[in-house]
Amino acid sequence: MTERADQTGGLAASLRRVRALIRKETRQLLRDISSITIGIVMPVTLLILFGYGINLDVKNVPVAVLMEDNSAEARGVAAAFDLSPYFSTRAVHTMNEAERMLMAADVRAIVRIPTDFARSIDLGAAEVQLIINGADANTARISLGYAQGAVGTWAAKEAARTGNAANCGIVIEPRLWFNEANDSSYFLVPGLIVLVMTLIGALLTALVMAREWERGTFEALFVTPVRSSEILLGKTVPYFLLGLVGLALCVVGSKLLFGVPLRGSLVILTVVSMLYLLVALGLGLVISSATKSQFVASQMTVLLTFLPAMMLSGFMYDPRSMPFAVQVITYVFPARYFVTLLQTLFLSGNNWSVILPNAAVLAGMAIALLTLAARLTRKRIA
Amino acid sequence: MLASLLRILTLIRKELLVILKDPKSRASLVVPPILQCLIFGYAATYDLNSVPYVLVDQDRSTASIALVAKLEGSGLFQRQGTFTQTEQAAPLLDAGRVMVIVVIGPRFERDLQAGAPAPVQVIADGRNSNTSGIAQGYASSIISDFAAARQAETGAKGAAVKVSTRAWFNPQLETRWSMVPSLIGTITMMMTMMLTAMSVAREREEGTFDQLLVAPFTPTEIMIGKAVPSMIVGITQASAILLVALFWFRIPFAGSVLTLYAGLALFLAAAIGFGLFLSSLAGNMQQAMILCFVFLMPFMLLSGLVSPTDNMPTALQYLTMINPLTYAIRITRTVYLEGGQFAELLPDMLALVVIAAVTMPIAAWMFKHRLN
Amino acid sequence: MEDRPLTLVARDLRKTFRRDTGEAVEALAGISLEVRKGALTALVGPDGAGKTTLLRLASGLVAPDSGSLEVVGLDVSAEPQAVQDRIGYMPQRFGLYEDLSVQENLDLYADLHGVTGARRAEIYPRLFEMTQLGRFKQRPAGKLSGGMKQKLGLACTLVRAPELLLLDEPTVGVDPLSRRELWEIVFKLIREDGLSVLVATSYLDEAERCAHAVLMHAGKILAEGPPAEITAKAEGCCFLVKGPQGLPARSLQARLFALPGIVDAVPEAGRVRVVRQPGQLDTALEIAGLSLDTEPVEPRFEDAFMMLFDSVAEERARVSHGTIVAGGSGPHGETVVEVHDLVRMFGDFTAVDHVSFSVRRGEVYGLLGPNGAGKSTTFRMLCGLLPATGGTLKVAGADLLRAGAKARARLGYVAQKFSLYGQLTVDENLEFFASAYGLRGSGKKDRIRALKNDFALENLSDLPSGQLPGGFKQRLALAAALLHEPDILFLDEATSGADPIARRQFWGRITALSEQGVTVIVTTHFMDEAEYCDRIIILDAGKNLAEGTPLEIRQQAAMSDETAPSMEEAFIAIVERERLKRTEKAA
Repeated sequence: MTERADQTGGLAASLRRVRALIRKETRQLLRDISSITIGIVMPVTLLILFGYGINLDVKNVPVAVLMEDNSAEARGVAAAFDLSPYFSTRAVHTMNEAERMLMAADVRAIVRIPTDFARSIDLGAAEVQLIINGADANTARISLGYAQGAVGTWAAKEAARTGNAANCGIVIEPRLWFNEANDSSYFLVPGLIVLVMTLIGALLTALVMAREWERGTFEALFVTPVRSSEILLGKTVPYFLLGLVGLALCVVGSKLLFGVPLRGSLVILTVVSMLYLLVALGLGLVISSATKSQFVASQMTVLLTFLPAMMLSGFMYDPRSMPFAVQVITYVFPARYFVTLLQTLFLSGNNWSVILPNAAVLAGMAIALLTLAARLTRKRIA
Repeated sequence: MLASLLRILTLIRKELLVILKDPKSRASLVVPPILQCLIFGYAATYDLNSVPYVLVDQDRSTASIALVAKLEGSGLFQRQGTFTQTEQAAPLLDAGRVMVIVVIGPRFERDLQAGAPAPVQVIADGRNSNTSGIAQGYASSIISDFAAARQAETGAKGAAVKVSTRAWFNPQLETRWSMVPSLIGTITMMMTMMLTAMSVAREREEGTFDQLLVAPFTPTEIMIGKAVPSMIVGITQASAILLVALFWFRIPFAGSVLTLYAGLALFLAAAIGFGLFLSSLAGNMQQAMILCFVFLMPFMLLSGLVSPTDNMPTALQYLTMINPLTYAIRITRTVYLEGGQFAELLPDMLALVVIAAVTMPIAAWMFKHRLN
Repeated sequence: MEDRPLTLVARDLRKTFRRDTGEAVEALAGISLEVRKGALTALVGPDGAGKTTLLRLASGLVAPDSGSLEVVGLDVSAEPQAVQDRIGYMPQRFGLYEDLSVQENLDLYADLHGVTGARRAEIYPRLFEMTQLGRFKQRPAGKLSGGMKQKLGLACTLVRAPELLLLDEPTVGVDPLSRRELWEIVFKLIREDGLSVLVATSYLDEAERCAHAVLMHAGKILAEGPPAEITAKAEGCCFLVKGPQGLPARSLQARLFALPGIVDAVPEAGRVRVVRQPGQLDTALEIAGLSLDTEPVEPRFEDAFMMLFDSVAEERARVSHGTIVAGGSGPHGETVVEVHDLVRMFGDFTAVDHVSFSVRRGEVYGLLGPNGAGKSTTFRMLCGLLPATGGTLKVAGADLLRAGAKARARLGYVAQKFSLYGQLTVDENLEFFASAYGLRGSGKKDRIRALKNDFALENLSDLPSGQLPGGFKQRLALAAALLHEPDILFLDEATSGADPIARRQFWGRITALSEQGVTVIVTTHFMDEAEYCDRIIILDAGKNLAEGTPLEIRQQAAMSDETAPSMEEAFIAIVERERLKRTEKAA
C-alpha cells in the first residue's frame, strides 16, 4: 500500500507525470508541420507584412492641379504641391478633364486654384479648393492634412517675402511623443505580438486539445493515475514555450528589421507577455473543452480571440474612436490590455501607472480562465 | 453531357444539405458574417468624437483663455486637467488618460500683440500615431481658425489662405463608409475559402471522398459540386452584409447592383479556386484550417483593406496583383460608393477571371493526382 | 473459482443516454454483477447490449444514474481517481499517439503509471517479447498495422500490473495470428501473475476460454456462468447438414436459417452446422421437399449463445430467398475480375508483390490475410482509388483508374470504415447515392423503398445516419452500395466489429445477391466467414500464399494428425509455414 501511494500520490510522482506529458506534447508539436507553421512561419510572415506591407503613411498621392488663375501666387501654390513629397501632381486645364480623371481613379484629388486667387489674397479671403475622392476615407483624410500643410507653408513663406511678417500670428508646433519619426511600423510591429500570441496560445491550443477529444486519445489516458490538472499543465507548458519563441522572433525582428525601439524593460515585457499567453492558453483550453470538436473550436477561437485581437484591441484602430458601447466591449477582451502594455513598453518606457493596472487585469483573467479550464476538463467521457 | 449535369446537380444538392441541414451549422454561416460586419464597421474607424486633453497654460492671459474657449467650444476637446508645467502634464499622457497636451507659451499674448510668432505646442501620444495625427490635425485647424479670426478682428492683412475641401462619394470622410463595402469581399472570402477547404478535408477524414471517387463522378464534377454550393453561400453572405451596410449603417448605394454581383461572382470563383487548391494540399481538417489562415492573413493585409496598396514596396505590389481580394475591394468600393460602371471595372474583372482560370484547373489536376 | 475474492461488485446499475434527437436510450437497465479476482470474465452480447457502458462505468469515465459499483474495494462514484490509480483499461479504440513512436507511447504510459528505474528495466523486455514489437520500437504508432496497434495498446495498459484489467473488444480488426498472440499474453498474465480481467468481446471463441461468461442483452444480464455450463444448454441440438450436390454451402445455410425451428445455421467445410430449437428436434429437416442428411455434433459456446438470444430477439430479420435449389448460385463461367502480376510499391516497401487471381460471375471471393498483408491496397487498386505500380487488372473488362465513370457505375463499394454522410438522414443518403448512379424519378423511389424494406430501415428514414446503431450503419452502407444493382460488389472488412447476429444477417444478404449473379469480393478477419466464400486467397506480406475453396485450403493446411483443422487453424498454419520458410531463406 505504501509503495502504491508512492507511485501515484505525492509531488515527485505528480512532477514525473507532468514531465512525461510535456515531453509527449513537445514531440507531437515538433513533428506536426502545422504547429511549426503557426509558431514560426506565421510570425515571420506577419512581421514582414506589417513592417513593409502595411504603411499608413501616405506618399505620392496622385492629384490633378487645375490652375484657373495664372498669377505668380497661383503658380507658387501649384509649386508647393509639386515639391511636396506627399503628392505627385498632374496639370490639367479644365474642370471637366479633372473630374474625369478623378472618376477614373487616375487621381485621388483635384487641387483647384480659382481665377480670382491672387486678388483675394489681398482681400484676405483667398481660397484653394480641394476635391477629394472619399471612397478611401483614411487616405483622403491624411491627404487633406498634407494639402493644408503645403498651402500653409506657402502662405508663411509668402508672408515672410512680402514683409508681412508683423502679422504672422500663431505658430503651431506639433510634437509627437514616443514616435518622433511618425513611423507606423513603430506601433504596428509591437501590436503584431498580440496576434502571434493569440494564434499560438488560443488557436493552436484549442485545436490540439479538441483533437485529443476527437481522436479518443483521452479515454485510455484518463484511466491512469494522471490528474486532470496534470493533463492541463502538460498541454500548456509546450505551447507557452512556443509562444515565447514567437515573442522573441517578434522583438528581435522588429528591432533588427525596422529599428523599433524597446524603451521599457525587456523583463517586464516578457512578464506581461507571459501573463497574456496564460490568458490565451486558458481561452483555448476553455473553448476546446466546451466544444470538443476541432471545426467548432477553430471557428469559435477565430471569432472570440483572433478578431477581437485584431480589431478591438487598439492595435490597428484606436478604441477611443469607437462608439461608447463598442468601447465598453473592448474591455471584455484581454487583447485590449495587452496592446496597451505593449505600446507603452515599446514606445514609452516603464510607466508603472499603465503597467500595474493592465497587468493586474491580465493576471486576474488568467487565473479565472485557467480555473475554469480545470473545472471543465474532468476525466469523464461525454 | 446531360448525365454529367445531373450528377453535378446531385452533388450540389448533397453539399447544400450537409451545410444547411444542421441549424447550428446554418447559423454559423450567417451569424458570424453579420457579427463581423458590425464589429469591423464600428471598430475600424479613425473618426474621433472626443479628444481628452490637458492644458498647460503658462500665460494665463485673455488671449490664452480665448484660445482655450475656442478649442473647447468645438465640443471635441475635453480638458482633463490644467497645469503650468509640461512635466506636470506628462504622466497623464504616459498613462494614456489623455491624447493631447496643449502648451501655451508664457509670452503668448504679448507675442500676439507684438506681431511676433506666438508658439502653441500640440503634443500627441505617438503610441498610436494614427489617432494622434488626427487629434493633432483637429487642434491645429481650430487654432488656425482662431488665428485667422483674430487677424480679421485686428484688421491686419495677411497671406492667410483657406483650403476649402469637398469630398466626393463620402462627404464626411467617414472611415465606416470605406470600410463596410470592403467587408463584403473580405468576409465572404474568409468564410468561403474555409468552408470549401474544410468540407473537402472533412470528406477525406470521414472516408466519404473515396465513396465519391468510386461512384461515377469525374474529379471535375466533384470539384464543381464543391465550388457551386460555396458560391451560393458566398453570394448569400455578401447579400447579408450588403443589407447591413444599406439598412443598419445607412451608407448610400451609388452604383448598379448587377455590376456589383457580377464582380462578386467572379471574385468568389477566384477565392473558391484558392480554397479548392488548399484543400488538395491538406491531409486533414487541422491542416486545412492552418493553411487557410496562412493564406488569408496576407490576402487581407495586402488588399488595400487596411492600407493603400500603392504605398507598398514593389515586391509586395506584385503579390497584391495575384490577390483576388485586392480586386474585390476595388470593385465593391467603386460600385458602392462611386457608382462605377461595368466598363470601368473591366480590368479588375478580367484579373479575377484569370485568377479563377488558373487556380481551378490546378485544383482539378491536384484532385486527380492526389490519388497517387 | 467460487471461493476467489471479488474485485468488482455492481448492484442494480442503471444508465440512460440521450441522443441528439432527444430520444432516450437505456444502456444499462439494472445490472447486478460480481467479478472474481485472478480470472478472466467475459461480457458477450450484441451491439447495444451495454458492454462498453459497463466498462466505462467501472473505469470511472461515466457516472451511473443509480445503483452502486465497487471496483477493487472502492466506490467508483466517490473515488474515481483512486480506482483509476489501480486498474488498467483498454478502450475499444486505444488512442495511441500516432505521431509518437512505439517506444515513446510506451514510455508515456510507464511514466504516467510511475513505472521507473529497475521496474521499467524488468517489464520492458517482457512486454516487447510478448508483443513482438521489439523490432518496431522506433516506428510511429500511426504506421503500425491494426493488430500491432492493439498489441501496443495492451502493452501500454500492462506496463504496471493492474489490480483489474478492463478490455473493451481488444481484438476488433485484428487478424487471427495477432489475435492469438494477444490472448496468449493475457492468459500468461492470468496464469503467472494472477491478473484479474474483465473483457467485452463479440468473438465467441474468446468467450469460450474464459472462467465466467456474462451474456448481456438490452442492458440486462441474460445468463451467466462458466462457458461449459452455458454451452451445455445446446447439448443434443447441434447437427452438421449436407446439402444436395452443386448447392453452395452458403445457399443451403441461407435456406436452413430461414426455416422455423432453426436457431442458427453456419457453413462449415462445405456442410452446414445447424442448431435447432429443443422442442423441434423430431421433425425431419427438409428444404424444397428434399430431406437432408444430418449428423449430430458436439455443441460450441456459439451454439448456446445463439440459442439464448433466439429466445429474446424481438426481430429476426431473415432474408427472403428465391426458391432455386441447385445450380442457381455459384460461378457462371465468365470472368469479371482479372488480376495479373499486380505490384504496388510505397517507396521501397512492396505492399502487393506479384499477385494474380481471377473471379467469375456470381462467385463470392474472399481475400484473407494478416494485418498489413496488402488486402486493402489490392482492394483500393481494384476500385480505382490507387494506381498499380505494375501488372494488369481488369474489373468488368476495364481498368477502373483509367476507365471513365461508366465502368465505375457497375461496381458497389463498402469501405472498412463507415463512410456515408453522418449528418444526412438515411433517406437523404440513399437519395444521394441513387442519383449519383443516375437513378431518376419513380425508378429511384421504388428502388429506395425496396432496399429500405429489405434492410429493415423504414422506421429510421429520418434519423441522421451518424446516429444509427452500429449494425444499422453497416446495413445502410450495404444498401447504398446496392442501389444501382451493381454487377460487382467490393466489401472491405464490412463485418468488422459487428456482433454474431448482425454478421449472419449480413451474409444472408450476400448469399441472396450472389444467387442473383452478383460477383462479390470480400476481405474479413473472421475466419468462419471464409466458409461462405466459393474461393479464397490468402495473402501475406503482399504475396499469394494459397488459393482455393475453403475445403481445399483446409486440406492444404492439414497436418499429419488426422484432426481436420478449423478455417482459423488452417489460416494460421499456412501463414506461419510460409513465414518460417521466408526466415529460413533469409538466414
